[in-house]
Formats: sequence, C-alpha cells, structure tokens
Amino acid sequence: MFELLGITPQALYGQLLVGLINGSFYAILSLGLAVIFGMLNIINFSHGAQYMMGAFIAWIGLTQVGQWIGDPGFSVSYWTALLLSPLLVGAFGIVIERTMLRHLYKLDHLYGLLLTFGIALIIEGLFRDWYGISGQQYEIPEALQGAINLGFMFLPKYRAWVIVASLVVCFATWYVIERTKLGAYLRAGTENPKLTQAFGINVPLMITLTYGFGVALAAFAGVLAAPIFTVGPKMGADLIIVVFAVVVIGGMGSILGSIVTGLALGLIEGLTKVFYSEASAVVIFVIMVIVLLVRPAGLFGRER
Amino acid sequence: MKHKLMFALVSAALMSLPAGVALAQQKKADAKPAAVKLSDGMVKIGILTDLSGTYSDLAGSGSVLAAKMAIEDFQAQEKDRAFKIELVTADHQNKGDVASNRAREWFERDQVDMIGDLVTTSTALAVMPVAKQMNRITIVSGAASTPITGKNCTDLNVHYVYDTYALAVGTGKAVVKQGGDTWFFLTADYAFGHALEKDTTEVVIANGGKVLGSVRHPFPGTDFSSFLLKAQASGAKVIGLANAGADTQNAIKQAAEFGITPKQSLAGLLMFISDIHSLGLKATQGMYLTEGFYWDFNDETRAWSKRFFEKHKRMPTMVQAGVYSSTLHYLKAVKAAGTDEAKAVMKKMKETPVNDFFAKNAKIRDDGRLVHDFYLLQVKKPQESKSPWDYYHVRQVIKAEDAVMPGAKTECPLLKM
Repeated sequence: MFELLGITPQALYGQLLVGLINGSFYAILSLGLAVIFGMLNIINFSHGAQYMMGAFIAWIGLTQVGQWIGDPGFSVSYWTALLLSPLLVGAFGIVIERTMLRHLYKLDHLYGLLLTFGIALIIEGLFRDWYGISGQQYEIPEALQGAINLGFMFLPKYRAWVIVASLVVCFATWYVIERTKLGAYLRAGTENPKLTQAFGINVPLMITLTYGFGVALAAFAGVLAAPIFTVGPKMGADLIIVVFAVVVIGGMGSILGSIVTGLALGLIEGLTKVFYSEASAVVIFVIMVIVLLVRPAGLFGRER
Repeated sequence: MKHKLMFALVSAALMSLPAGVALAQQKKADAKPAAVKLSDGMVKIGILTDLSGTYSDLAGSGSVLAAKMAIEDFQAQEKDRAFKIELVTADHQNKGDVASNRAREWFERDQVDMIGDLVTTSTALAVMPVAKQMNRITIVSGAASTPITGKNCTDLNVHYVYDTYALAVGTGKAVVKQGGDTWFFLTADYAFGHALEKDTTEVVIANGGKVLGSVRHPFPGTDFSSFLLKAQASGAKVIGLANAGADTQNAIKQAAEFGITPKQSLAGLLMFISDIHSLGLKATQGMYLTEGFYWDFNDETRAWSKRFFEKHKRMPTMVQAGVYSSTLHYLKAVKAAGTDEAKAVMKKMKETPVNDFFAKNAKIRDDGRLVHDFYLLQVKKPQESKSPWDYYHVRQVIKAEDAVMPGAKTECPLLKM
C-alpha cells in the first residue's frame, strides 16, 4: 500500500514524527491563547511577539549579558533560560494587563485584539531595530546535541526533548485548570466574577496572574524554539496565524481542545508536506473553514 | 532689562542664521554655470526598498546609506559645479502594489527622476512599467529574476547587480565540477524560487549532472524538517536551496540537526554575506556561493567598504555596494548629458563604462543588464577567519561573458533589434 502512495513506511514514520514535533509547538502556543481567551475573553494577538521575546531573552542571556556586565565568560544557560525567560516575559505581560488590557474587559473583543496587535507590532519593531532582521543563532545545549537512530530516521535528541517538555507542560496546565481547587476558582471567576468575588476570592488578581501565565507559556515555547529556528523578530509573526487557526478549530477557550488539535494539526500538516507540499501552507485553513461550517464553536468548544 | 535686551539680540541673531546660510546657498546656485538643465531645479533620487521585512538587512537602511554616500561623494567631487540632489526613501514591504503606488506618487507628485534598489522581484517588475510610462529611470540592484532583463525588460531600466542566471552558472557549475552531480531542490514557492530552480537545473544538466527531484515549500517557511527528510530520502549528493534569507538559514541549521549534512552537501543558491554573518562560520563552512561583490576582494573594495562599515557597523552586501555604484554612475550620466531627461541620461549611462571598486570596464547592455564579473566564493572554516567579516575564499572570478546570460538567449525584444 505504501508503495502505491509512492513513499516507504520508513519515510512516512519519519514525517509523522516531524509533524508531531511541530504539533507540540502548536499545542503549547495555542494552549496559552486558549487559557487567556477562556479566562479573560481577550484575543491575545501579541502572543507571537511574546513567543519571540522568550526566544530573544534566552539568546540575550546566552550571548549578550556577559558583555553587558563586562564579564565575557558569564552566560545564562539554556536550562536557566527555560525558567527565567517565561518569568520575565510573564512579568511583562502582567504589566501590560495591569496598565492597559484591564480597561478593555467591558468593551467588545475587537478592542483587546487591536490593542494586543499594536503591542505586537511595537515589540517586533523594537527588536528589529536593536538586532536586525537576519536572526541570531542559538546553540543546542550540550546535553541534547546529537541524534538517536530510530531505524527509520535520525531523531535529533533536542526534538525528542521538545515533544516531552511540551507534553508535560500541556498536561500540567490542563490538570491545574480542570482538576484542582485553584483551577475551579479560576473557572468560577470567569463564569460569574461578582459571585466569586463575594466568596472572598480576589478575582482581578487571579485574572492578572492568568494572563501572566498564558504569556509565560508563549515565552516557554520561544525558548524551546530558539535552538532549532532562527531567533529573529519575525519568528512569532510567521507562526501566530497558524496558531490562531488551531485555536479556532479546537474551540476558543477550550484547554483540552487546543492541546489535542495542536498535535493533530501538526500531524496533518506533516502528511500534507509528504503528499502535496504546495498545499501545506493552506491545509490548516481549509480544515478551519470546514470545522467552522460544521461546528461553529470548534471541535471541543461549547456553544454559549 | 539688560538681560531681556541681550536675550532678544541673541535670539534674533540665531534666528537670522539659517536664513543667512540659505541665502548664501541661493547665491552660489545662481552663480553656477547653467550647464545642467534640470526639470525642477534638482535631481531627485528615490530608494524604494524593504525597510522592515526579510530583506531589510541585505538591502534596507544599508542601501539608503549607500545612496547617501554616493550623493555626498558626487557633490564632493564636483564641488560647486554640482547640482542640487535630493534623496527620498520608502518601505515597499516586499509588495508589488505598495511599490508601484509609491513609485507613481513619487513620479507624479514629487518629480522623482530615478528609483533605485528595488529588492524583491515582484516590486521591481511592478515599478518598471510605471517608470517607463512616466519616462523615468529604474535601477534594480536588489532583485534577482532574469525576466527583469528578459521578457519584462524596458529601455529605461538597468539591472545592476546580479540575477538567477549568474547565481546558477557560478554555484551550480562549481558544485557539479566538485563531484556533486545528483541534485534535489528545496524551492521557495514563488516566482524567484521557480526561476532559480529552473536556471540551476539547466546548468546542472548541461554540465553532466542529474536532478532527482524537488519540493516546493511555502514562503516564508519556518520548519523545513519534512522537506529535508524528503531530500534525504532522494539520496541526492547535493541539496540545492532555491530560496533566500531566513528560509535558507533555517534550512541549513535544520539540515545539520537531522544529520543530513555533511553526508549530503548543501548548495545555497542565493546567499548574502549578511546570511553568513548571521549563521556563523561553523554552520556554513565549506559552502559555495556566488556573489557580484565581496568587500575583501582588493584594496579598492576594502577602502570603500571600510567607509561604509564605519557608518553602518556592518560590511556591505553586494546589493548595497551596487546601490552606491549605480547611483554615482547615474549622477555622472546626468552631468554628462546636461539634463535629467530619462532617455538622454540612459543613453549616457549605456555609453559610459562603469569603472569603480564595484565593477571594472563594465557596460550596460541594451536590455539593461550590467555585464560585470562575478565571484565564486567558498565559506572559510572558523579557524581560517582572521578578523570579523573575513568569511570567504575567492575561488574563481567568473568572467562577465560567462556570468551573464548571452544576448541570444534572452527574451528581451530590445536586444533583437
């Protein structure tokens, strides 16, 4: 059968695995968007820029900080950056939420979208101005260099790590929101903020932290991406449109939906690249159109 | 009281200062011999380039600086015999419609006489007919496709720096000669990628090589691993990268990650020194590439490039060097023609050979192609690089007549006359 399709099983497994790796990025990025939309009702268009910031902060830590403080030997390792970068970018997100987004909750979705889109353009412009468009290179950390021979393909160790790391983070996020008390407060806060506040829960603080967390997820994906993609100011803009399509297909605000759809669409995109690569840029949007026609709330979304 | 008076006097003096300077300039201009007749009293040059997108490092603000340097150098050479020159710049965002609208505005409202740079094929092809219609000049330094001097050629356009034919002849031939006789292409899915793949395929076959297949990837792409696995499965010795900028960079980086290089080798069909600078020598060492200019070629190129570097903090790409050289060539032609009327200036530009650090005895052919030498370069190993931006071995100077598509092969009707 494989021969009929003009591809060996080995090649097919390889492509599926590559699709899964890309799917992990989609999953972790769309998860951040879904958390923010589900809890805040904000369409966070600056998600791509925040992903880019995450990658850039890792790169700055590795190559620039030493020079800045006058000690060229000093650098922030990949593992530290994996923790530090989301914290910093998350803090930046909190500042944005406190000073700007906060005033838009009562207005139409469109205002939040426009504001975050503007923020994204400003951030990208700043990084372009500082570091140019060509992009910077981030070395794969030593422990993860090299590849594992799986028989049907060489799987770079780093890519294997990307799958593991993003699945763990995705599952942990889902668990916290859907299965813990904190998650229950969060969901209650979104469903009926006034009532939840009446029970003595600080809803505005929770919302601020949620936005910070969603943004931190984007930065985490950025650090994961830094060693395999070129770290450049446009890296987020190139990806974010696809991620939005993933969120729409999964159902706006659905946590599980965004994870499953992210992984599945990575696979589908990978398969398209095998059989008809010209269509690989549009296949996700074709699926989006079909899903919107059949289930307007998305595959995992609830009609409101 | 005394203070107030003092303040009034000083501010009056300050205010009159610029006016006085302007007046002095006016007088100078009046005194100048009326050798050059200009349509609106000055020559206006427009640099239409990518100031914010993928190509802004290889062209962009560096191209604007190069044009500025050309104007300053021309004025310094001519001293008070120079005419008034103004430079305007705009970002075309790599979009054909944005470029042609801006060009029309510049020609109609602002009396711009020449538009330069025009990185990205789609913008060059969009602006050229507008210029032709308005009887103005275009000088393409940034775009690469052969139709610019082929079926879309105009008699008021110059294609100054490089095209896909020269790139194919340079890199394609060299790699086949090195034993890389089976190829697989990774092609950016738009006009430029297709042209580059087609031109290189012809060169590979003509030199006894074989093309085993190709895959078209969306532009711009981020993840190339699927395409690279396909290229790997093809078993070709050489993977030809018919793309540019970030796409090429990502493909090179990911090929190393998946263990494809060094078993199979990569041929970057369009790479600029800015790409090598960004990727680093470790990732690119040993690769062949073709450029129309290298800053470290001889004393003349080094001298100009160091001046450029001092202002831009980066060495010039071939596009930026081409913008300088072509702008200066244009200004000299205006002076020699004694007018800024496009046809007369173009006649002078084609009559006079270009002789500077960028090109030696190079002439502009009737289809607009500047026929000049190219360089086959190989990226140095990290330990061979002695100083920052010391990136290439010059392996061969490709003579102009080999590097440029022969007149008989082009589809430009101007050459058939």
